Amino acid sequence: MSEASGQASQGGGQHRAAKVPRFEQPSALTFILWVLVVAFVVVSFGSVGLSLERMERGIPAMGSIIARMFPPDLERLPQVLYSLLVTFQMALVGTVLGLLFSFPLAILAADGISPHPLARAAARGLIAFFRTVPDLVWALLFVIAVGLGPAAGVLAIMVDKIGFAGRFFAEAMEETDKGPREALAALGASRTGIIFSAVVPEALPSFIATSLFSLEKAVRGSVILGLVGAGGIGVELKVAFDLFDYDGACTIIISIFLLVLVVEQISNRVRRSLM
Amino acid sequence: MKRGDDGTHVADGNTGGAARLMDGRTGLSGGVAGPVGTSQIEVRGLVKRYGDTTILDGLNLTIERGSAVAIIGANGTGKSTLLRTLIRLVEPTSGSVRMLGEDVTALSGRDLVRLRAQVGMVFQKHNLVPRVSALSNVVHGVQARDRGVRTWSQVFARQPVRDEAMACLDAVGLADKARQRADSLSGGQSQRVAVARMLMQRPEIVLADEPDASLDPRSGAEVMRLLFDLAKSKGLTLAFVSHRVEHAVAFADRVVGLADGRIVLDQPASACDAAGLRAFFSEKEQAA
Repeated sequence: MSEASGQASQGGGQHRAAKVPRFEQPSALTFILWVLVVAFVVVSFGSVGLSLERMERGIPAMGSIIARMFPPDLERLPQVLYSLLVTFQMALVGTVLGLLFSFPLAILAADGISPHPLARAAARGLIAFFRTVPDLVWALLFVIAVGLGPAAGVLAIMVDKIGFAGRFFAEAMEETDKGPREALAALGASRTGIIFSAVVPEALPSFIATSLFSLEKAVRGSVILGLVGAGGIGVELKVAFDLFDYDGACTIIISIFLLVLVVEQISNRVRRSLM
Repeated sequence: MKRGDDGTHVADGNTGGAARLMDGRTGLSGGVAGPVGTSQIEVRGLVKRYGDTTILDGLNLTIERGSAVAIIGANGTGKSTLLRTLIRLVEPTSGSVRMLGEDVTALSGRDLVRLRAQVGMVFQKHNLVPRVSALSNVVHGVQARDRGVRTWSQVFARQPVRDEAMACLDAVGLADKARQRADSLSGGQSQRVAVARMLMQRPEIVLADEPDASLDPRSGAEVMRLLFDLAKSKGLTLAFVSHRVEHAVAFADRVVGLADGRIVLDQPASACDAAGLRAFFSEKEQAA
């Protein structure tokens, strides 16, 4: 190709490049959907009653509450620490039970590992149901069923964790390499043998990470569960606020913060060591 | 397609030229070799189709007890599909497979598992469980005959099983790597552990699907030599797929060539030379 024709070709290329639109033209349907989404967001701001006027009133009130929280009331510290221990135990037992039940459900739900499509569909449905109903709703139901106290909290956490860990356990098993499974199937190993010899060892780091996330989530969640009577430090917090005992509430909040922080730090370290 | 004297399908059409080539070179004919009484694998009229694509096209093949057969051919000619179809890791569309005197295509689930236990398979990728030790991977081979929970890991395994697994690792020259995690081994070492797992199975037949493909030339040759020597020393029947024609010539008694899902070459390895085979398949590919 001659130099002249090469330049012409380059020039033509620039000309074509200049015609490329900067933004992709949305379809009419996409455009309408975007308008509806934006309109709904604007309407939602109005519906929730969040106004500058209320913020102006609320911020000084919040400042006043915070001012009354300090210094924290440390006289009740032993009682708070005991409740904190109960909360952690509630989270721990609920998580352990949830993980134990979620593992077989995850096997049934995992694509390529489940023994039958019907079992897979049923297990997936159950996991999805447990996951989509909030733990607070489970707590309300279990408070009615087994009465006030940590037992209701444990059961609520357990069901919530079956939904949470069941999904992630199943995904971890699905993501394992098919090769070792195929090799064991080829030599005549049983389905259980394949799962425990090939799938579980490979998915183990993911299982542990999910289990630690479950515990972190349970510790945070168990505080809220106490607000509906499912035991633990949440009950103490609710009582403190109901009695305008803000310095006592401050002790509880700081204790919760430290507990969550410690659990998260330990969990992070363990997960990092597995990477 | 026409029907043979024994009622089986015999490929015609493109096998005509191959048959002439085979007759001209070795005097062997068809895809059937050896008396039926000594055969361990008998494939008759095997067809595998995926939609409109035919991978195996009425294939006939007999492999005798204790022999080592190399299956060669260009990509997509059905070599791996043939091996996988033999133990129904891939279900055939039609045709029959007899192994160890049993009609594989007619076996039910449990009987199929029992048959698979007698057939060792070595894959292109070693397919070891990565996060466990080499020894645990070899112990897994015992699941062919023992389905107990103690076979899941070397940690729980009974002492005789551990001893046998160590002997298998020793046979492939890796006894010193027993405690090492599988994902820390080199490609060649991993493939040798896979061979040890296959030995742990105590198979009568060994099927190897390109065990040398993902290895460097030296490691590939070592693995092929290991497979061939072990098969010969233990009297096992070996059928392997390889893209390296020099391995087919060096580590087999018989070379079977596939093109378009049919056998187009079947002759003793001693009558083959790598350059000739390469030229033959190059012509086939160009013709295709």
